[in-house]
Amino acid sequence: MKLQTLGQVIRHEELSSKVYYLVLKAPQIAKQATPGQFVQVKCSDTYQPLLRKPFSLHEIDKVDGRISLLYEVKGQGTKSLTKVRVDDYLDLIGPLGSGFSLPPRCRAILVGGGMGIAPLLPLAEKLKEQGQEFAAILGFNEVQKVYRLEAFQKLGQVIVTTLDGSLGEKGLVTQPLERELGSEKYNIIYACGPEAMLKNVSAIADSFGVECQVSLEAYMACGFGACLGCVCQTKELTGPTYSRVCTDGPVFNSREVIWHEG
Amino acid sequence: MKVKMEVDIGGLKLQNPVLTASGTFGSGQEYLPFIDLNRLGGVVVKGLTLLPKAGNPPPRLIETPSGLLNAIGLQNPGVDYFIENILPELTSYQTKFIVNISGNTPEEYGVLAQKLSVPGVAALEVNISCPNVKAGGLVFGTDPDLVAEVISVVKGHTNLPVIAKLSPNVTDIQEIARAAEEAGADAISLINTLLGMAIDVETRKPVLGNIVGGLSGPAIKPIALRMVWQVAQAVKIPIIGMGGIVSAQDALEFILAGANAIAIGTGNFINPRVTMEVIAGLEEYCQKTKTEDISHLVGLANPLKMR
Repeated sequence: MKLQTLGQVIRHEELSSKVYYLVLKAPQIAKQATPGQFVQVKCSDTYQPLLRKPFSLHEIDKVDGRISLLYEVKGQGTKSLTKVRVDDYLDLIGPLGSGFSLPPRCRAILVGGGMGIAPLLPLAEKLKEQGQEFAAILGFNEVQKVYRLEAFQKLGQVIVTTLDGSLGEKGLVTQPLERELGSEKYNIIYACGPEAMLKNVSAIADSFGVECQVSLEAYMACGFGACLGCVCQTKELTGPTYSRVCTDGPVFNSREVIWHEG
Repeated sequence: MKVKMEVDIGGLKLQNPVLTASGTFGSGQEYLPFIDLNRLGGVVVKGLTLLPKAGNPPPRLIETPSGLLNAIGLQNPGVDYFIENILPELTSYQTKFIVNISGNTPEEYGVLAQKLSVPGVAALEVNISCPNVKAGGLVFGTDPDLVAEVISVVKGHTNLPVIAKLSPNVTDIQEIARAAEEAGADAISLINTLLGMAIDVETRKPVLGNIVGGLSGPAIKPIALRMVWQVAQAVKIPIIGMGGIVSAQDALEFILAGANAIAIGTGNFINPRVTMEVIAGLEEYCQKTKTEDISHLVGLANPLKMR
């Protein structure tokens, strides 16, 4: 069950410009967490920012009781988080949300864009642990903004794309995705990244008739289902409805999601 | 010294004066991983309407300095679903459940009141102040005659204590409070959120899907406190004060201003255990100041206290 606990900072470093890697000792969260779940972090002791900020679990080490987070400095929350030092304690709520589900005998292709790679690493670890085959397509803007690549490469086959072609294939993740799906080796896609990417990946999944699970991002207040602030539109038998990204998600079957126009 | 923490809010007997504000606490079950609901004074359940309500399109939230703007739009499964599926699960708790209701017409408020006058519901909070829906809500809360009409219809359909939840988005809060009291309200709760907005300079458009939303959090506390103070001078019925409370000190300010009980809303999102900390803090303050009964503190900030 989710809980509020203090996590001790074990490691905190800037991986590339404005992108940070934070390792925390939080045994109770690590013990229960599954890939695709997240934590709500109190980034400051003041009212600036007021709300906790949600971060996907990037690593779940049940043996050592550790979790890690990957974040990019964007607003006040992430900015104040950069000031946290090793041995400091952070107020955490987690593990939250419903994560990825792994059908038996899945041949998975993981698709991550930028920060969206974060929740895919524990998934890759889980797939490897279960002896299931997978490949990962990780997209970044440019070579200077590539991070955590080795962590994925240790676990399996990785295809890298950059928008400017400075590393790996030039372009978007969708190009190698279509090519790989053409090989008919895969029966499930797990994706996380910007909404435009998820929408395109979801359309590709449909055209190949492959199941696709997407991890969505949303502005949240509570993170545990009380405020109804983080909803996305989903398809239900009774028609479109608003589902909570924090508890109904953040992982949804892409066929349930109603994507925005444009 | 044993401090008397029990309070009576117009017939609603609470084991302590700490409630949760409607819309921030679900039906209470969302907080089970973090706190013992049985220790709360009471839970004010998320607002219900006669029919299910989908709510507003996202984005529904945006943080502002020390505050939170929301435009949820009363998303709820409807009163019948609540009575059949949620209420039965709440009866195992000792805490009091107060149900917040919103109607499109005075008659709808009456139907809601009647349907909810069942075991397990301790009181009704009449939402005449939601800023995020087109019909009902705020429309009723800004006109003293409509306030009186809605409250008397509700009173005519229930024997439960009726709490009128007032909006701060009015010119004269005392006039509205008096109208509610004269119409038979057993208590008043205030404030609901303050109407506000935010604009994204990149897209050059309002951030919220609903364009405007309700502001809550520490940013609104001084305004809420001032309004509780004003209403305390205007009416004799008990007051539930709320608006930006995140600590026992904040809660004490409201009590000293004239609130008989307090509610915590946005504070629960930041610290889901805040209600427990506030209860402990209030008790500690009473012990430290040799106050035998927390109700002795109500309105003490006013030297001309007439209540």
